[in-house]
Amino acid sequence: MGHGVKRKEDPRFIQGKGNYVDDVKLPGMLFLDFVRSPYAHARIKSINADKAKALPGVVAVLTGKDLVPLGLDWIPTLSSDKMMVLPTEKVVFQMQEVVGIVAEDRYTAADAVSLVEVEYEPLPAVTNPMKALEPGAPIVRPDKGTNHVFHWEVGDKAATEKLFSGADVVVKQELYYPRIHVSYMETAGCVADFDQVRGHLTLWMTTQAPHAVRTVAALVTKIPENNIRIISPDIGGGFGGKVYVYPGYIVAAVASIVTGHPVKWINDRSDDQPSTAFGRDWHMTAELAAKKDGTMLGVRIKTVSDHGAFFGDANPSKFPAGLFSICTGSYDLKGGFAEVDGAYTNKPLGGITYRCSFRVTEAVYAIERMVDVLAYKIGMDPTDLRMKNFIPSNKFPYKSIFGWTYDSGNYTAALKKAMDKIGYWDLRKEQAEKRKKGELMGIGVSSFTEIVGAGPSAQFDILGIKMFDSAEIRIHPTGKAIARFGTKSQGQGHETTYAQIIAEELGLPIEDITVEEGDTDTAPYGLGTYASRSTPTAGAAAAMASRKIRDKARKLAAHLLEAREEDLVWERGKFYVKGSPERAKTIQDIAFAAYTNHPPGVEAGLEAVDYYDPPNMTFPFGSYICVVDIDRGTGQPKVRRFVAVDDCGNIINPLIVEGQIHGALAMGFGTSFLEEIKYDEDGNVFGANFMDYLIPTAVETPKWETEKTTTPSPHHPFGAKGVGESATVGSPAAFVNAVVDALSQGGIPHIDMPLSPWKIWNALKEKGLAMEA
Amino acid sequence: MKGGDDAKVLAGGQSLIPLLKLRLASPTRLVDINGIPGLEYIRESGGYLRMGALTRMADLEASDLIMKRYPIIHDASVEIADPTVRNLGTVGGNISHGDPANDLPAIMLALEAEFVAEGGSGSRTMKAEGFFVDTFTTALNHNEILTEIRVPMASPRSGGSYLKLEKRIGDFAIAGSAVQLSLNSRGECERLGVGLTAVGPTAIKAKKAEEALKGKKLTDEGAIRRVGELAAEAASPTTDLRGPADYKKEMVKVLTIRSLKRAYQRAQRGGM
Repeated sequence: MGHGVKRKEDPRFIQGKGNYVDDVKLPGMLFLDFVRSPYAHARIKSINADKAKALPGVVAVLTGKDLVPLGLDWIPTLSSDKMMVLPTEKVVFQMQEVVGIVAEDRYTAADAVSLVEVEYEPLPAVTNPMKALEPGAPIVRPDKGTNHVFHWEVGDKAATEKLFSGADVVVKQELYYPRIHVSYMETAGCVADFDQVRGHLTLWMTTQAPHAVRTVAALVTKIPENNIRIISPDIGGGFGGKVYVYPGYIVAAVASIVTGHPVKWINDRSDDQPSTAFGRDWHMTAELAAKKDGTMLGVRIKTVSDHGAFFGDANPSKFPAGLFSICTGSYDLKGGFAEVDGAYTNKPLGGITYRCSFRVTEAVYAIERMVDVLAYKIGMDPTDLRMKNFIPSNKFPYKSIFGWTYDSGNYTAALKKAMDKIGYWDLRKEQAEKRKKGELMGIGVSSFTEIVGAGPSAQFDILGIKMFDSAEIRIHPTGKAIARFGTKSQGQGHETTYAQIIAEELGLPIEDITVEEGDTDTAPYGLGTYASRSTPTAGAAAAMASRKIRDKARKLAAHLLEAREEDLVWERGKFYVKGSPERAKTIQDIAFAAYTNHPPGVEAGLEAVDYYDPPNMTFPFGSYICVVDIDRGTGQPKVRRFVAVDDCGNIINPLIVEGQIHGALAMGFGTSFLEEIKYDEDGNVFGANFMDYLIPTAVETPKWETEKTTTPSPHHPFGAKGVGESATVGSPAAFVNAVVDALSQGGIPHIDMPLSPWKIWNALKEKGLAMEA
Repeated sequence: MKGGDDAKVLAGGQSLIPLLKLRLASPTRLVDINGIPGLEYIRESGGYLRMGALTRMADLEASDLIMKRYPIIHDASVEIADPTVRNLGTVGGNISHGDPANDLPAIMLALEAEFVAEGGSGSRTMKAEGFFVDTFTTALNHNEILTEIRVPMASPRSGGSYLKLEKRIGDFAIAGSAVQLSLNSRGECERLGVGLTAVGPTAIKAKKAEEALKGKKLTDEGAIRRVGELAAEAASPTTDLRGPADYKKEMVKVLTIRSLKRAYQRAQRGGM
């Protein structure tokens, strides 16, 4: 452990030998495509598919009416709501699936789509969540009778009120976290194969949580759970967007049952981007109260969140607003209050997806932006203000005002390291000199605290299933091993990371350990991979299962060495007799004996399963500093430098961790500067493909300068914390703080993401700071 | 062309293939012209820089002649879309697609280029001005293909520059400004060409801006600003995901002034 070994999975990816859903080809396979709604909100008056049915090669046409007898026109979401599979009465967002066409090839299916005549009666749409909550707004969900999804709050409202009214300084800022899409490389898709003889459904699909899907599928379809096999092969990115169950999966399965053929459905990019789960769309009014000297007292945040037409957040059941209650951040506060109202609108479902992190992203953005707003208000350097208010390292484990117990942290050390690395005070001098010359340069800081590793069973479940995760390890007679997990890598490098954990615990060479995930017929039950939970849960399970194997290996070694168990000493990969290191048996010797020479009273074999229920969440953290230069003529921002100091406890593979940080920083960069899915008032979607929805390329992505500090988690078996989302969570505030810092001389308080050149230029122009050339 | 209006010419495919993929175009025939020999060249002869219509954008980028004598084209060649597109995309396709967001049309307007077309009824030469009729519509007949792009040879005291503003590499421009400047022996503006990208239904030749500097010194800041303002007046952008219309107009001014200043520096250095 701790070595940057190259990823075991990379040779097949680099050589194009990965096996993705679209690589699955079965004899007689048919293809599914969808007629999609041009309207955001409309009653369906009639559907005429005669011409499509007449097209040679078209095998079946499925509408919502065909799903009603099966009880599959609606299915449950992961958040105690339900969602339409295919509509029977009305459509509720633009690009919603309306009619499924099954044909012998995907081109015929696409041709047939354009032959279906759907008559719509357009209804008034609502795409703004604040407007959706006003009286008289068009009702998106007549079954609910209201656009209000939930009200959620945490903290003591009255006490916070008092804290704010007695404070020397209160700053307030509206912050919009834009709607974005995951934009994974591989779009959503599946191959459904129903065996009519056995009554057995095999579903290859792009899912981050295969077991959860199997259970839900069994409950919804009434196919016995042992007759459903979900296979999640290689996945080209998930980021939360592949936790959801989309209509395509259901309709493909039904189509396979109806036609007796395997049916493949793969979303086009232009279909995927506007119809699958989005992230964010979170409208906050944030306030911070402080003393004159900069001592922060409390935080208050009121939020309206847009959930589209179906409340489909992949949330732990007890937290309808995810883990937004981490919005006290890295600071030692006296009080606070946060509330969120969810709204239905005429947009696709989702909300929490996209480097999902259960709304931690929005929480961290809010607190880290507000610290800067406060710093400018009281004329204090943003790093000084942070240092003054950080939870001191000697106060861990630290109980936050909203009830979380932060496991470990040393925030001062991380910020100090970032400041040293970037030369913070020299940059401030340079900035002052540039200002005299009329040049705009900004420095932005973000000192975030993440909360990952969901989660302890007392607090965390999805649809009642507790959020443990699992590992099953079997050692073969020759000392080689296979390990299977309830999680599912989508690029995170689990095959390497998990092998390293087992190698560390059992002393096996990494190359002797095969790691498998994603097949519900073989893998132990688990809740899947999202929210940076795999290392804190399944990674811990790998260590615990290894330790169970080691306990049994000790019995076998005692038998082989004719010694007492308590006289044996474990040293990486072998047991020896205390005082006689030459009397030793390697784990390979022991494995062989487990099948050839096991003692009476001990079962044959060498294997173990562990379902790990973490005692607490893990709280990775870090400090990021960004330097940006702004062109006063065009408003174009350019990130000059970006230093990221991350602390995710003990690191299993530094190469993989750094890769995750690089990728997540690029995502944070895209969110901050480029990405947004917009809707007009009629519900027309903009940014539905990669011509209009811009994700960063290698050209404009800044060079990342990464560093680390190491503060182990005290409760994790080997002191690790999650890291996958740290940089997506932490970086947007650093980018925005840097741009606003550059503009602060003009008294510009805030600009919402994405920080497009014209937004910056408009702000400059308003303050008379824009230049003519 | 056989198939008439319903046939499309396939050159580099960097605009046509996306249209096909998105099912925005579904011609019944594609005529692949990549096999026609002798249409890939960059050379000076007979008073012109001549570029064959099938010349790849990557060839422009790699050409010493372009880099040294026609920096305005070189500027664009390193910024058109991205390297993979430039490897396949052709000069002729970039121009004859008639997309106002493409870079070469504005540059050709600034350079007062001529286009040679071949068709069933023979060969004809058209001026760049007037060639761009409307979005995706040019003066080419459906039975013609573009074969050569001609640019008057660079004079010793001339220089050009192309600047564009984009949200991200490979995205369509927010706005772009192409400026080609010739100085007389007294260092005054003899001829100015100004072409604008992505701020109207076609690439735009900003004629008033071109006239405004005639006979003036390039040290005259007021005159330079006036060129920028007149270029902005010539622009008729729309508000879209790449920015509000008024911002784009302002950016035409900023980019034109910057481009003009850079063109002047290059003209003083003999075009480089």
